[in-house]
Amino acid sequence: MQRVAKARGDLALRRHSEAIAFLVMTGLLVVAPTFAYPVFLMKALCFALFACAFNLLIGFVGLLSFGHALFFGWASYIAAHAAKVWGFPPELAILSGAATAAGLGAIVGALAIRRQGIYFAMITLALAQMMYFFAVQAPFTHGEDGIQAVPRGKLFGFIDLADQSNMYIMVLVIFLGCFLLIYRIINSPFGEVLKAIRENEPRAISLGYKSERYKLVAFVLSATFAGVAGATKALVFQLASLTDVDWPMSGEVILMTLVGGLGTLFGPVAGAFFMVTLENYLTTIGQWVFVVQGVIFVVCVLLFRRGIIGELAQVLRVKL
Amino acid sequence: MFELFGISSQALFGQLLIGLINGSFYALLSLGLAVIFGMLNIINFSHGAQYMLGAFTAYFLLQYAGLGYWWAIFLAPIVVGITGIIIERLFLQWLYKLDHLYGLLLTFGLALIFEGTFRNFFGSSGLPYSVPPALQGGRNLGFMFLPNYRGWVVVFSLAVCLTTWFVIERTKLGSYLRAATENPTLVRAFGINVPRMITLTYGFGVALAALAGVMAAPIYNVSPQMGANLIIVVFAVVVIGGMGSIMGAIVTGFGLGLIEGLTKVFFPEASNTVIFIIMAIVLLIRPAGLFGRSA
Repeated sequence: MQRVAKARGDLALRRHSEAIAFLVMTGLLVVAPTFAYPVFLMKALCFALFACAFNLLIGFVGLLSFGHALFFGWASYIAAHAAKVWGFPPELAILSGAATAAGLGAIVGALAIRRQGIYFAMITLALAQMMYFFAVQAPFTHGEDGIQAVPRGKLFGFIDLADQSNMYIMVLVIFLGCFLLIYRIINSPFGEVLKAIRENEPRAISLGYKSERYKLVAFVLSATFAGVAGATKALVFQLASLTDVDWPMSGEVILMTLVGGLGTLFGPVAGAFFMVTLENYLTTIGQWVFVVQGVIFVVCVLLFRRGIIGELAQVLRVKL
Repeated sequence: MFELFGISSQALFGQLLIGLINGSFYALLSLGLAVIFGMLNIINFSHGAQYMLGAFTAYFLLQYAGLGYWWAIFLAPIVVGITGIIIERLFLQWLYKLDHLYGLLLTFGLALIFEGTFRNFFGSSGLPYSVPPALQGGRNLGFMFLPNYRGWVVVFSLAVCLTTWFVIERTKLGSYLRAATENPTLVRAFGINVPRMITLTYGFGVALAALAGVMAAPIYNVSPQMGANLIIVVFAVVVIGGMGSIMGAIVTGFGLGLIEGLTKVFFPEASNTVIFIIMAIVLLIRPAGLFGRSA
């Protein structure tokens, strides 16, 4: 009885720790524009959402996708094209980007989940590279130039997003909405099955769960959120370019998640802000950025596998 | 000279030769990846960077020590292989008990470090490396013109691949290796130093990549990102072949090179992507890979 009561107490504390952390994060993000550039914050928020989407797969299903730039980049192209050439309003442009990412996620996911572990990473990387070549060749992406001067438009027809603070509020609402949705997914019965598959797939199958179907749905969800992030980024920077579909972008989102803490709720956000801030300071050193990223990879894998938030949670003995 | 589907035999065989050469590199690199994966259970993402290091070592040997191609083809694999051994001792040996993914992430980080450093010093443009005098010129085979150097690359890499296959599948040393792959604890109980074998295996796999880099230097320019895009194609080759078999890696490597060459002749737009498309088809039909055992 005592043990049950203690477990309940722990559970309550854990719930609280996540709620408190969420409130702190939201509070910080609301006041942040007073001391940081909005464009910088919006960039960090887009990457934070991208990393959360990636973390949904690696952290809660145990699948390492090395091709998430595919969804991020293609969603950004479609959103930019929709907003600029088809004249879509911003909300529809983002939705069409997300829908594209979901469709691509269904195809790539169906192929990639046929193999496990290390092969899964190689397959996603290879398919992403294939779609990178398509992006280079397709005329609507404008090759090296990318899609430039994408109009931000008017949200719901009356909120002018050319105004920086309106844009920031929209990005923040998208980020927080998706973050809560991901939290909901992870803590739903569906999310529990995903964790069971991560821990012991044969066992989950023996209990009657169709693990492939669960993995595919998780993959499509992750791709969709990555698409929302990419589409939003296209509107923030008013640009969709090859950088966002190329493989270093897939590496970057892995690094952000790793730095923040694989499988933690807030880790990807912390990691994204850390890396975007770091790269902001490092823009002057050119190609050394890759070296710095490489060193962080090596250090994280060898000495710091829990990541920032993972270590913090360990010290505070709470779940974050 | 004759024509086939409106394409001259010269163009057809020329592209097939290029395909065969690319195939040699795919075979050498996927062979190294398969050997390393067998022993270390790590996918060596820095393989492409180590191929690049091989080419740069050849370039440095020529520039700063005056040692030409034949020295380079002997020395560069040793030098890069030793750096591989250092990497294994410093970093990789701590990861064997962890999830395989950490090995992939760590070697990815190493690849970023190597490529970033070289790009910083040598920019993105390639540096020329000339064909050794003994292999300059070419011969007319009647249906096509064969540059001597390209013929050499195909023959030599085939010989290296088959020797590796022979050593691993048919010799005593190879049987130790295979046994250690299956059950390291038991092999250790027989008094064989498995950790040292693992270290040397990594060094050997890396040396193969460096050898491919030296051979590639006179064909492509020596450039910092020569390995980055290649390694992704090689990953696709490995997925298609499956990493279970050494011969499988060799056959798949050469075969896909040829198919890529043919695609360049008949449908050039798809030549970049054909290997990835084949990978997708293989995944649909035979998920374990052509030569793979299902995991």
